[in-house]
Amino acid sequence: MPGPQPSDIGARVGSIYREESRRVLATLIRLLGDFYLAEEALHDAFAAAMQQWPSEGVPENARAWLVSTGRFKAIDRLRRRSRFDASVREMAHGLESVAEHELDLDESSVEDDHLRLIFTCCHPALAPETRVALTLREVCGLTTEEIASAYLVKASTLAQRIVRAKNKIRDAGIPYEIPSAKDLPGRLQSVLKVIYLFFNEGYSASSGEEAIRTDLSAEAIRLARQLLQLLRNPDPEAVGLLALMLLNDARRQARSNAAGDLVLLDEQDRSLWDQAQIAEGVKLVEQALRSGRFGAYTLQAAISAVHCEAPRAEDTDWPQIVALYDVLLRIEPNPVVELNRAVAIAMRDGPAAGLAQIDAILERGALVNYQFAHSARAELLRRMGRTQASRAAYQQALQLAEQEPERRFLERRLAQTVG
Amino acid sequence: MKYLCLVYGQEEKMATVDDAHCVAFDKQLRDSGRCHASDALQPVHTATTVRVREGEVHVSDGPFAETKEQLAGFYMIEAENLDEAIEIASQIPPATIGSIEVRPVRQLEGRTL
Repeated sequence: MPGPQPSDIGARVGSIYREESRRVLATLIRLLGDFYLAEEALHDAFAAAMQQWPSEGVPENARAWLVSTGRFKAIDRLRRRSRFDASVREMAHGLESVAEHELDLDESSVEDDHLRLIFTCCHPALAPETRVALTLREVCGLTTEEIASAYLVKASTLAQRIVRAKNKIRDAGIPYEIPSAKDLPGRLQSVLKVIYLFFNEGYSASSGEEAIRTDLSAEAIRLARQLLQLLRNPDPEAVGLLALMLLNDARRQARSNAAGDLVLLDEQDRSLWDQAQIAEGVKLVEQALRSGRFGAYTLQAAISAVHCEAPRAEDTDWPQIVALYDVLLRIEPNPVVELNRAVAIAMRDGPAAGLAQIDAILERGALVNYQFAHSARAELLRRMGRTQASRAAYQQALQLAEQEPERRFLERRLAQTVG
Repeated sequence: MKYLCLVYGQEEKMATVDDAHCVAFDKQLRDSGRCHASDALQPVHTATTVRVREGEVHVSDGPFAETKEQLAGFYMIEAENLDEAIEIASQIPPATIGSIEVRPVRQLEGRTL
């Protein structure tokens, strides 16, 4: 019987890499106690797999094989280095003294390793943009080039940021641990924020040509799902965040047209919305709301759910949306939430009522440099027939807009608003 | 690991922290065995900066950097990791009005203690 074709093995290794490499890395970091060493070990383990599996076949438990092979390769590396450095010799010796059967590779330890990696990459002692980059690289397995292109920074800049983060983890003694029960709620907030940050970057890129970058959104949803599976007591806000992302992402197809232009919610073709995803999101929102311990993510998800459940824009339950914004504003008093609430009030009570609220926000000096405050104002003025004032507000928004599709949208609106 | 917790704050505000409160915390930390050294500092007007340039000693009045928050004291602590160091730093009394910078100690090569 002919053995498996090398190309088949290549494909198998590729798919095992996609599915298992992050978990293998997470466990190697625990066993080796060092990010860099673990990354080299991961690389060595997959190189060994490419070499050995074509003749020996893919082992039954590929993950355990990779962890164990990676660990031995790391010990080898340390031994070679230890000829020059006594402290490395000690480290290699310490690693060797742990017997293979003591490694703790059962399913639940491996899952804990994965969770440790997430909490370490999202540690509050790292800068927020660093947490995002590190999480995308180490937890989601995106390449530095992919992350750099998503964030429109140079790959070298991003690589440097990741190196600095890993150095801080090592040198400042950031622990590779699941936070204690006392610290968990606060630390989980940091993880959720990181996930939401890169979801939003994918959902509405802050600058550049394309309005929506699906890959980052998909990664965020995948990671939130994993997090929920890993947490023993699913936190209502983690559930709420997943719901929020699913519901917003469900409208993705309808949010831009073939030309890449933005389509506003009330003009979207709702038959393009992903109903299965909406159903899942709505179920999760209900679950989070029932807990009674929900927060801002759950409330935003609930608002998104109300939009998603309206068959036509004119069927939207605006009183319900205003009521949800009222609660959200109590939990998270900030001018952007106020602005969104003002728009909902305009939909419920007419444009003049909404405009009064927006003007009040701007008069106190808040959101004056926020593009969407001016574009929302322009929209309401336009509906009221105040063409000149509306054009002026669109122009202000245009000056602040950084993203190409948004600029095109505002220019189109300006052209339509003539009187 | 050893961490140095540097206590910073605006001097007028720092003056409002009760000494007895700090002494009690310091004693508790020392009793726990996690404190290598600690002290409060005289106000910044007592600071002198020393530099040596081309073999010459330059002395000037005042701190190295003029900032709103001044160095007011320090704790050299022993902690398992950064989380434990943060836990200790968060209990330093002036943390509620100033800020604590937590820095791991760097092992100098060839130094034996």
